[in-house]
Order: sequence, then structure tokens, then C-alpha cells
Amino acid sequence: MTTAVHPSTADATTSTERLLRMYRRMLMIRLFEEQVNDLYTRALMPGLAHLYIGEEAVAVGICEALRPDDYITSTHRGHGHCLAKGASIDRMFAELLGKEAGYCKGKGGSMHIADPDTGNLGANAIVGGSTGIATGAAFSAKRLGTGQVAVCFFGEGALGQGLLYEVMNLAALWKLPVIYVCENNMYNEYTHYLETTAGDILARGPAFGVPSESVDGQDVRVVHAAASRLVDRARKGEGPALLVVNTYRYMGHHVGDVSREYYRSKQEEQQWKTERDPIKLLADQLTGQNLEQIHAEVKAEIDQGLQFALAAPYPNVDKVGQDVYA
Amino acid sequence: MPEVATAVRELTLAEAIREALAEELRRDSRVFILGEDIAEAGHPFKVLTGLVSEFGPERILDTPISEAGFTAVAVGAAMTGMRPVVDIMFGDFVTLTMDQMVNQAAKIHYMSGGKWKVPMVMRTTLGATRRSAAQHSQSLHAWFCHIPGLKVVMPSTPYDAKGLLKTAIRDENPVVFFEDKMMYRLKGPVPAEEYTIPLGVADIKRAGDDVTIVATSSMVQVALGAASLLEEAGISAEVIDPRTLWPLDERTIIDSVKKTSRAMVVDEGYERYGVTAEIASVIAQGAFFDLEAPVKRMGAMHVPIPFSPPLEDVTVATEKSVFEAARALCGAK
Repeated sequence: MTTAVHPSTADATTSTERLLRMYRRMLMIRLFEEQVNDLYTRALMPGLAHLYIGEEAVAVGICEALRPDDYITSTHRGHGHCLAKGASIDRMFAELLGKEAGYCKGKGGSMHIADPDTGNLGANAIVGGSTGIATGAAFSAKRLGTGQVAVCFFGEGALGQGLLYEVMNLAALWKLPVIYVCENNMYNEYTHYLETTAGDILARGPAFGVPSESVDGQDVRVVHAAASRLVDRARKGEGPALLVVNTYRYMGHHVGDVSREYYRSKQEEQQWKTERDPIKLLADQLTGQNLEQIHAEVKAEIDQGLQFALAAPYPNVDKVGQDVYA
Repeated sequence: MPEVATAVRELTLAEAIREALAEELRRDSRVFILGEDIAEAGHPFKVLTGLVSEFGPERILDTPISEAGFTAVAVGAAMTGMRPVVDIMFGDFVTLTMDQMVNQAAKIHYMSGGKWKVPMVMRTTLGATRRSAAQHSQSLHAWFCHIPGLKVVMPSTPYDAKGLLKTAIRDENPVVFFEDKMMYRLKGPVPAEEYTIPLGVADIKRAGDDVTIVATSSMVQVALGAASLLEEAGISAEVIDPRTLWPLDERTIIDSVKKTSRAMVVDEGYERYGVTAEIASVIAQGAFFDLEAPVKRMGAMHVPIPFSPPLEDVTVATEKSVFEAARALCGAK
């Protein structure tokens, strides 16, 4: 696979303010996910949890390039996307715990966070299942002339799903403002993507006439710069794009996936954590800033959100039949 | 039967559907149709002929042969302010759209705690006996009835088709609308004045006292034909058309069976685990102590629809088979 890493293409005018905002947001996702891991392992959280730790720069760099009313679709590994698009910590935790105060009144859970107020069309537990929804949102934006763009986050595992290629064909034909963001964290669940993915990932876009590029997903400045270019392009009516973002999933496929040696080495994991950690890499660019204070503030926000969610009531069982139909 | 205006216009089923679509396209600029060969071609069954000249190719939108893809785009468009009407040429092709309909469209409102809505219509066809073989002849409406979050509409007359389709387009939920491809040329009265028909209200197509025949879509005309034959044999049949399978007007069905004390359910979908089983169960629960005989079910045979005409013709109920079954149910020799 070709990988074009050009730190020089990072937005030269990226202000310290923006970098600090992205730092805070990445840290928020990291601490949120660490807390989810803790909740889950202490059996306080029901269901499944697919953690985004290690991939924070992807969601944050891309969402930083979006307007509040731009659309995103997310995946089963979606907490990072939702937070990056502006979800609040307390209602996120509440949803993960199945509480009434959660984003979906506890009916969606970890894999289905949705929020119209932040343009979040929903996380989706069918791999590749939201690619059409994002494309449809881009269709509406174009038809209604709103100037919105849609970002479709999906993992490299979705490259095996036919729907992606059907909707990419449609988006190219109809010149829709949608960016397909392939988060290549290298593992389709428990299988290295090279075992499942023939040919060149980046070549899939040009096959449909969709401009495509690949970036280092651990450098939030690079991700943001690439996203800004593609979003501007889409907003100007120049059509869809494919952005392949190379990243790494620090944890297992889900929280319960702890013995991973049969599909990847501890050494590989350690190398990414020490050499390619997105938060450390950005911190190195923010010398002289009071990052400890940001850490303390984010930590306090996480603690507060968690307490809110733990104390929040479950929905009454009489709610089970509500919301089936609008 | 529905009341109709005095100077009764007659339209075919295809014309009634086209008129419903045209009226809704005129009424609401968010409505658009997408599907294969629907613009200049006007759809292979010519249901949509002429719409593109009034509404243009942006609103009568030809798609590639990508049922999953364009259905998926419709789901996203419906969530974000449009009112798509998806055209799936043959009902057999709905299999290609199932993830989008079942896992996405049907569940998005619930999974989001009521925050996102998916106001879309999928129009498709059902019906055998067109000599189209196993992949162009199925009646798969029961699949959608099984899924919470979807509504399923099955008109049997031009009048019902027009009124129900207009309501379906205005509904805030995903609605699957099945048209019998063998009935597109069937004529019936359709008033020129605007009207809609609510979902979830059955229609008594023919009143009778001795036996209730609940029939859907293509089987309504078959049941009415059988009812005429039964009349000659001295049996008075009541024909009930639920018109929508979900929501289902259980009350009208149960009340009829309480009156007649005998019931048959006739549907073109597969009999096993199908619509006839569900409605028979509704009758058993609602009118068990009024029944003088077990509920008779008549669905499609449990075989892939064959090509050869004599083989295909025995797979679905006919006027004759319904007549005979009703006679037997009423104890006639």
C-alpha cells in the first residue's frame, strides 16, 4: 500500500489555539475510553465496548475541519467520532450504561450513539452499513443547497463490503459532497488487513474517479490538513473523496479481546504506543503550554460525566415499546 | 366499498399509482423517485411514463443497477430532509436491500431514541403467473411484516393504491408498498378529487354472511371472483382486504369472523410462516369461540416459482381453488 506522509502539508497557519483544542479533544477521547475500559472490566457496563484508543487523531483532525452542522456517520468503534463531533461526556456515558439520560434514551448503547444536534447520523454496528447513509446525507445537502458535507468514517474491514463501492459509484456520478474516511487500524477484528484486502486500498477511489489520498493518522495536524482540503473541495461542489488514514488500535477488537498474541505481537503494540502515539506527538509540538492543566480539566470533566451517568436512572420498562414508529 | 364521486373516472392501477406520485411530487418539493430505468424509460412496467417530462431527471432519478446502494442513499436522504420513493423493479430484488431496510431504515428511529426519522417509501412488486420464473415472481411482503419499524402496504384496487400511496409518502416512517405486477392494467373507479386513505384500516370489499375470506393484494380479485361463484352455489362470502399488513386492522377481521363463524385467509406469499399464518392466528385469538371450523389458509406453494406455465399455475390460489376450499369449509359436498 502506498503511504504518503507529508508533515509539510500540515496547515502552516494552524494556530496554537487550534492545536490546543485538538489536544484537549484527543485527550478527552483517550481518558473517556480508558474510563470505559475500567467500567467494562469492573462489570459496570453491559454489552460490548470497542475502544478508539490510539486512533484519536483521526476523528479529531477530521471533525476539526467540519462545521457543526456537517454530517458524520460512525462505526461500532464510534465513541471517538461522537466526542470529536461535539457529543457531551455525560450523555455519552449515560448511553453506554443504558440510562434514560443517554443520547438514545438507553436504546442504542455503545454502538449506536446518534445526535442530530451535532450532525451525528449515528454510529452503526453493521460494518460498512452507514456508507449509504452518509452518501444520502450528502445527497440531501446538495439537493437542498445547504453547503453541508458528510463524512463517512469506516474501518478498513469495510473494504470487503460491496455497499461501499455501490455508493462510491453513486457519489461520483452525482458529485456528492461526501468524504469516505477509511481508518486503517490494520486489523479486521482479529485478522491483519493484508490477509483480507487485495490490491491497493488507495486505488479503489480512482477506479470511480474519486480523488484519494493517504495520510499518517497519528499526526493530527496532517489529518486535519488533508481533511480541510477535501472538505473545502466537497463544499465547493467538486465531489466526493477517499481519505485513507493509517492508524493503530492499541487495544483489542473489543474490551474482552485481551490475549492478542495469536494475531499481533506485544512488541508491535509497544512500538506504536511509544513511537507513534498521537497525543504525545502533538504534545511535542506544544512545548511551553500548560498541558497538565488541560489534563486536569479533562479528567474532572470525565469524572463528573461518569458520576452523572452512574447516578442516572434506567428507563422505565414502559418505554420499551416507544419510538418504534415516528 | 369506498364511496366515489358520481361521474366516476376509471383508471388502471398503473395510472392511479402514477397520479398519486405526480400529486405528491407537485405538493412537496422534497419528494423524489429513484430507481432503475424510471426516467425516460418510465419503468419496464410503464408505471412512471411521463413523470420525467413534468418533474425532470433530478426528481425522477435514474440509478445504476445498485439496489442496495440507492436504497441506502434513500435512507440517508430521508434522515436529512428529503422524502425519497425508492423503486425496486421486481419484488425479488428486495433481497439486495435487506440490510438497509431491516438493520438501518427500520431501526434508526428506535436506536436513536426517537431522534432521527426515516420517511421513505419503497415501492416494489409481487405476484406470480407472469412466466418469469423463480427470481422474478416471488411475493416477499411477509419478510417486511416481521420487522418492527416498517409498515407494509398491499393495495388491491386503483382507488386504494392511489389513496394509500399518498398516505405512505406523507408517513414519517419507512413504508414498503407492494404492487401486484399482474394488476397494473386492472381498471377501477378513481375520483379526480384529492383523497388519501389511512394506513391500518381494512376495507370490506364484499359483504356476506356465511364465510369470511381475508385476502390481500392480487388475491382480493381472486377472492371476489370466488365469492361470485359461491353466491351461485348458495354461499354468501364476505371479502375483507386488510390493505395494510402493518399496521393491521385486526378489529375488522375479527368482527367479520364473529359474524360469519368461518374464515379463510388467501395471500400470494409463501404459506409457511407467512401472512396467512399470522392472520389465522389473529382470528384464532380474537374469534376462537365463534368459529365453527378451523381457519383455512391458502398461500403460495412451498416451492421456488417454476417457469413452465402448467407448473407455475398450481403454485398460487385461483378463483376455482378458493371457491372449492370455501365450499368445503362451509360443509357443502
